[in-house]
Amino acid sequence: MNASADPAYDTHATADTGHPIRLRVFRCRAGDRSGHFDEFRIEVAPDTTVLDALVAIRTRLDPTLVLRHSCFHASCGTCGMRVNDREVMACVTKVLELGTPTVKVEPIANQALLGDLATDMVDFYARFNAIGRPLMRESEWLPDASRPAGVESYNRFESCIECGLCLSACPVVASDPRYLGPAALAAAERAIDEPRGLDPGAVLALIDDPQGAWRCHAAFECSEACPSAVDPAGAIMALRRRAASGRLRSLLGGRHA
Amino acid sequence: MTERSSAPHVVIVGGGGTGGAVAHDLALRGLRVTLVERGELTSGTTGRHHGLLHSGARYAVKDRESAVECIEENRILRKIAPGSFELNDGLFVAITEADEAYEPLFFESCLASDIPARRVTRAEALALEPNLNPAIRCAVQVPDGTIDAMRLPLRFFATARRNGATIKPYTEAVAMTMTATSAGRCVTGVSVIDRTSGRRYEIGADLVVNAGGPWAEKIAALAGVDVPIQPSPGVLVAVRGRYANMVINRLHASGDGDIVVPQRELSVIGTSSWLADDPDHLTVPADHVAMMISEGSAMIPAIASATVRATWSAARPLIGERGATSGRELSRTFKCFDHAPDGVEGFVTISGGKATTLRAMAEAAANVVCAKLAIPDPCRTREYVLAPHTAYYA
Repeated sequence: MNASADPAYDTHATADTGHPIRLRVFRCRAGDRSGHFDEFRIEVAPDTTVLDALVAIRTRLDPTLVLRHSCFHASCGTCGMRVNDREVMACVTKVLELGTPTVKVEPIANQALLGDLATDMVDFYARFNAIGRPLMRESEWLPDASRPAGVESYNRFESCIECGLCLSACPVVASDPRYLGPAALAAAERAIDEPRGLDPGAVLALIDDPQGAWRCHAAFECSEACPSAVDPAGAIMALRRRAASGRLRSLLGGRHA
Repeated sequence: MTERSSAPHVVIVGGGGTGGAVAHDLALRGLRVTLVERGELTSGTTGRHHGLLHSGARYAVKDRESAVECIEENRILRKIAPGSFELNDGLFVAITEADEAYEPLFFESCLASDIPARRVTRAEALALEPNLNPAIRCAVQVPDGTIDAMRLPLRFFATARRNGATIKPYTEAVAMTMTATSAGRCVTGVSVIDRTSGRRYEIGADLVVNAGGPWAEKIAALAGVDVPIQPSPGVLVAVRGRYANMVINRLHASGDGDIVVPQRELSVIGTSSWLADDPDHLTVPADHVAMMISEGSAMIPAIASATVRATWSAARPLIGERGATSGRELSRTFKCFDHAPDGVEGFVTISGGKATTLRAMAEAAANVVCAKLAIPDPCRTREYVLAPHTAYYA
């Protein structure tokens, strides 16, 4: 299908800043990853993001386009996609900064699809929930700040936004669906580092497994893809050191870490 | 609880925070519930909001009703959704002489609204938040917090589903089924298109709830009724870096760029306010973005040189007479409309409000729904602890 939008659609656009661009967008029905590409011609402004462009396509050209989005500032994790073969959050990826006259947009890899660009997150959360990691971190963010009356400890949300980009980028996940994967392993490292009620020994036992921290090939694609600087690959290496030192201590007759 | 298999069936149109909370409330009262949303859940206004768990202080002086609603719901949400908030309180900081002159009225209005406010000296404020503008004069501490704008609503959806509700994202309501009655017309179902399959089908309903937020007017038009909802967009700017633990507000009358909400490793600056006709066509005016940066850096100077992560607009659903000019003069409280007096039975709209009051909005809507359907069960959502957001994907 080919379609054109009005020049300079609303979001992030003004009437005289339209740059013509083609978006090749992956289309499929639920459960069928074979799919095909539809091409849309639209005009974008310098600040137009890939998500803005896709929403404009759905609003103005094709209401059947299925995609996930929510916060528009990369804190909800819903609009992770593959754009020009790289894992990105569509809401903070500007179309013109990609530098190509045609922009290819695909769903994230290695996960089931609800349709078009929308991932079914059930499998992602199944891996994640196995860790049972806390959602809030209590380590202080601004250590030189004092605390006000009534606030016992500062807290904030964990950095991981559960977008699935790391699973999409990981070459091992692509070939071995049993692998726990970078997001869950990064969560495990956080849970051991700051347990907040969890049993770190149980988490360590879960990841000290051929399908856990030892399955990683150290390609570091996950850390490259992560939009929140979680560094899953670094976390996996840290987990290996913890697991190895725990084993060593067991061998020497010490208590398991 | 009402026997579910014979219970009335309610269809909710709109999968934002309000729709999710209505689904949760009605499911708890034993009704059969189906919710339809044209896109992903929280893909409208809900996900785009700045993520403030209001203490109500922002409304204490000029909109007491909203302030009282906010602090009451703030307390309830902390109990029913533990783990969904950064609970570091908020500071209202006075920068100018005029701000300082406003402080006594602001402080007294907070206390009169039952908001536990505490006066903070300049020195203490700077010790609490070293990145604040050193020129601040004084501050007031209030129980603001940060909400995960998507994952808190997801907990309502998850809990509703556990209690039997059916949640259908990517399912767009395209028409209402209407039946003629002696008193006028009655909504008896919703025609929807499943966007993942292309299939169009009809869902029968004993009653339909319109929870469309700023889209409520478009949804009501499907039933041939008019609701006075005015979409009022505002611009938000997220910058990289976290410059405060607490939510930082400007201590003055409500204005543009008066809040910095820290969240994860971002700071979200909001917001402006104007009136729009169509929530599907929002602009992000460059001058509003520049104003967010300049007003935000009046409170936290480091914002001026921070890297912008994202700029976007979100449309508030304001209730009011059309003809208002900026949106600021419209109340931030909510309203439930039973459309029977308009000649349409079986159709209820809930709109207005804000993220912090989603549960209260749902309670009000569910009370109207249950009265119309003769369901005696009372609201239980004030005490019912919600399932984690991850349960939605289980």
